[in-house]
Amino acid sequence: MARIKDIISPFTAWKNVVKEPVTIKEPLKREAAPRYRGFHKNDIDTCIGCGTCESICQNAAIDMVPVEGIETKDGDSGLRPRIDYGRCCWCALCVDVCTTGSLSMSNHFKWVDSDPDVFRFIPGVDKKEWDNEPNGYKKPGPNYELYSKERVHMPELKPEERDKSFIEIVRGYSREQAMKEADRCVECGICVATCPAHMGIPEYIKAVRNDDLNEGLRILYDTNPLPEVCGRICTHKCETVCSVGHQGDPLSIRWLKRYIADQQPADNYKKILETENITKNGKRIAIVGSGPAGLSAAHYLALMGYECTIFEKLPLPGGMMRYGIPEYRLPYDALDKDIDYIKSLGVEIRYNTTVGKDITLDELHNQYDAVFTGTGLHLGRSTRIPGTDHPNVYQAVDLLRDVTMGKEIPAAQSIVVIGGGNVAMDITRTLARIQNQRYGKVNIITTSLESEEEMPADREEIIEAREEGATIIPGWGPVKIEIENNKIRGLHVVKCVSVFDENRRFNPKFDESQTNFFAGEMVVESIGQGMDLSYLPESVKDNLKLDNRGRIVVNDYFQTSIEWLFVGGDIIQGPDVIHGIANGHKAAIGIDRFLGGKK
Amino acid sequence: MKFSKLFKINEDRSLYPPLNSEGKVDVDLSSHKYVKLWHGPQHPGITGNMSLELTLLGDEIMDCETHVGYLHRGFEKLMERRKWIQCFPIVCRITVPEPDYNEYCFAAGVEELAGIEIPETAKWLRTLTLEMARLQSYLMWIGGQAGSLGMGIVGQWSNYCRDLVLDRFEELTGGRIYHMYIIPGGVRGLLPDGFEKRMEETLKTIEEFMVDIDKVMFNNAVFKKRTVGMGYIDPKWIYQFGITGPNARAAGVPDDIRKKYPYLKYPELDFEPIVGKDSDIYTRADVRRRDLLLSVDLIRQILAKMPKDGDFKAPTPNVLHWQIPAGETFIRSECTRGEFAYYIVSDGSEYPRRINVRGPSYTHAVALLEKMITNTNLADVAGLMTSLHTYPPEIER
Repeated sequence: MARIKDIISPFTAWKNVVKEPVTIKEPLKREAAPRYRGFHKNDIDTCIGCGTCESICQNAAIDMVPVEGIETKDGDSGLRPRIDYGRCCWCALCVDVCTTGSLSMSNHFKWVDSDPDVFRFIPGVDKKEWDNEPNGYKKPGPNYELYSKERVHMPELKPEERDKSFIEIVRGYSREQAMKEADRCVECGICVATCPAHMGIPEYIKAVRNDDLNEGLRILYDTNPLPEVCGRICTHKCETVCSVGHQGDPLSIRWLKRYIADQQPADNYKKILETENITKNGKRIAIVGSGPAGLSAAHYLALMGYECTIFEKLPLPGGMMRYGIPEYRLPYDALDKDIDYIKSLGVEIRYNTTVGKDITLDELHNQYDAVFTGTGLHLGRSTRIPGTDHPNVYQAVDLLRDVTMGKEIPAAQSIVVIGGGNVAMDITRTLARIQNQRYGKVNIITTSLESEEEMPADREEIIEAREEGATIIPGWGPVKIEIENNKIRGLHVVKCVSVFDENRRFNPKFDESQTNFFAGEMVVESIGQGMDLSYLPESVKDNLKLDNRGRIVVNDYFQTSIEWLFVGGDIIQGPDVIHGIANGHKAAIGIDRFLGGKK
Repeated sequence: MKFSKLFKINEDRSLYPPLNSEGKVDVDLSSHKYVKLWHGPQHPGITGNMSLELTLLGDEIMDCETHVGYLHRGFEKLMERRKWIQCFPIVCRITVPEPDYNEYCFAAGVEELAGIEIPETAKWLRTLTLEMARLQSYLMWIGGQAGSLGMGIVGQWSNYCRDLVLDRFEELTGGRIYHMYIIPGGVRGLLPDGFEKRMEETLKTIEEFMVDIDKVMFNNAVFKKRTVGMGYIDPKWIYQFGITGPNARAAGVPDDIRKKYPYLKYPELDFEPIVGKDSDIYTRADVRRRDLLLSVDLIRQILAKMPKDGDFKAPTPNVLHWQIPAGETFIRSECTRGEFAYYIVSDGSEYPRRINVRGPSYTHAVALLEKMITNTNLADVAGLMTSLHTYPPEIER
């Protein structure tokens, strides 16, 4: 029977004759699953053109190309990914790795065309029917990451450990911490474009990752001769634009720079940087001011063989880095380490020498081949409200300078600080420490025109100042200092509704109906600094070209209309350290070009 | 059952000249007794591009030489020039019908070298995708086995069923063929809403079709006539050649990596390796049919036991410059064709030093086939080859 069954059994297939076919009648109308990996979509406004999609693509299907209407700016390369679907393998790693989350995929997969070129386009720019459709592959969930979005925490002193002392707050990364933090970098280079000095940030982060700190130091010194300083107090515009920061914490670029510099003993610098033997070219450069711009120019000029002499008014080098920034942010030994290395290259610094008094600029011109001045902004600006002429109204820059010089600081029991920038925070925190040392408590109110969100000070500065006991009340404009019996009673303020007008120009608007009074026996103004160019002789001033706002006009190499005079630093750009360093470097190249290059 | 008696076929198929001392036949082509015939590389009975250089006497094969190299894409070398994460989209392409075993072996190897423990949910999801891959691969094979012996209808049914499994793959992984789902560190998503219900419907459909396929293919006098006693693999050859998978289990060797060297969540599943004893084409087909039904059962077990949420990917270092610690590892899994393994060597850099893919087809199609095919009829070559369930792209990885 079995055999007959085997012959008959296959005929049961005939039952399918009466069944409906299972084939899809219109396959072109079949929609793919919601998660399907089809043609890409890109939210062009969120995309910053970091190119991480391009780096991860194993098939080189993605090219970053310039797009009409998208400008290159800080934090945006101006490029957008163009995808070649002849190469794309639809793996969606580009979607997973996208730092901003702008890239995703649609579930469209059917597209027939006789022209192969149409299959290479820029998603989001070249409009497609699926651009606004919700379905398609997206990064699956918040816990699915191809790299860590969380910053490695930097060890810091607790508020109660630091509020009385000037010991450095930030303790620095260990090797493991630094390598773990460096691992988060996606090497997009958005930071390089934004950094005023265009430091090789991805490269030195890679050196940290590979534990090759000698290489790291070489990369740092390519563009920045003050890594210990910048590793601590740089305004880190790089971190502000860091692509990883769009969906997580930005890389701690500043701390990694500090880590590289901290790990190298100063004795090794010359060997690592191969600067033991520099051939002198016999030309001499005078540099006025030993701030970041002057030191940077001196460093790069010294490397080119120039003999540099820096003229410094104050008894120690560093300018604002020493006399403006408090020690708890930038310890003097770290600053000295950077400056000592520059000095070891043969740079001479003449202290207590005021140009314009002890020696004139014309004399410098006669004795040297070129002159670079980076004299910075050391004059405090006043609000000029009634009462500012009282002796207990101080300028923040003056007080900070006196702290460094070890002078007696007139800190009253209650203080009002006017200003919302980093200098205001510096003086607030410095005075808070002194108050704590003297009176055992802090009574200091800091007020700014800008609202909490608009305050120009770094966020962590504001947070830390509050942790140390200071009261920060943003959004108020000073009106008058109330004085009774020749003693300051406090500061009258009105509500500030907006600081900038629609053209982003400084034009504060006030609501006179809302007033407030901040009590204090002493007022410190910290609303910005001005430059002191009194050292320029008349012959120079007459020939110096200024723009319509009274600023010195310089070319790309910081050369003024007087060809032997180069000017840089806070006078021209900034104010911050990294602009000064960048200016000094560029000016050094300019001076070298002016003097006919290395002979 | 002796079906040969029914059709009165002479069982003595050995009318050839005797073998020489080297075990080969002395073929003198100038004698005009023999014909050289190239079977492939584009023959539909061959599951991919490889060719057999056959020497025929009449319609019977006296000698065979296998030739590969028609679709050499150099995956192993490509991977040495790519970062670890960039190998992830490549590996699935080594075996088109079963990309998931490649993905699993590569990911598990990387995780072992890097010392990463993946979340429980990811382990279950990996087990699920590997069983779904087995299911759809067998469904593709069953059509090939029937088609190579002239039964087109079975292939139509099984491919319909396979498409249903691919639909499930599509909604789980985002791709139908190349799933790119098992990523080093975990997987790329949880089950979508309503997946279990749709999977159950798919499994029921497959079971219904398997009843029909049983009637049309396995209880078919023609199929039995052409396969019983045909393509015999001697159990002695199992370890000589390194034969694995259903080909070995049909010879009574109960080797199944899922049981012998358990991985993922297989120790928590209730199953026994499927074995046969006659070691001919029919037995191998039957072992695969039962293995297919076992997969259906395992998928049901997995879906009942697995957690439906939780973390599905462990944190990894930044994949863009992931340096895997130096070392080497050998990761194996049981695919539909046997033991599928990756040998991965890292020198501690961002790029693999060497990745060797060891698929079962290399043994089965290149060495074993040459031995089995002599003394068979030309018409049986395609069926015989399909019965080994070989896949040439995996040989030329």
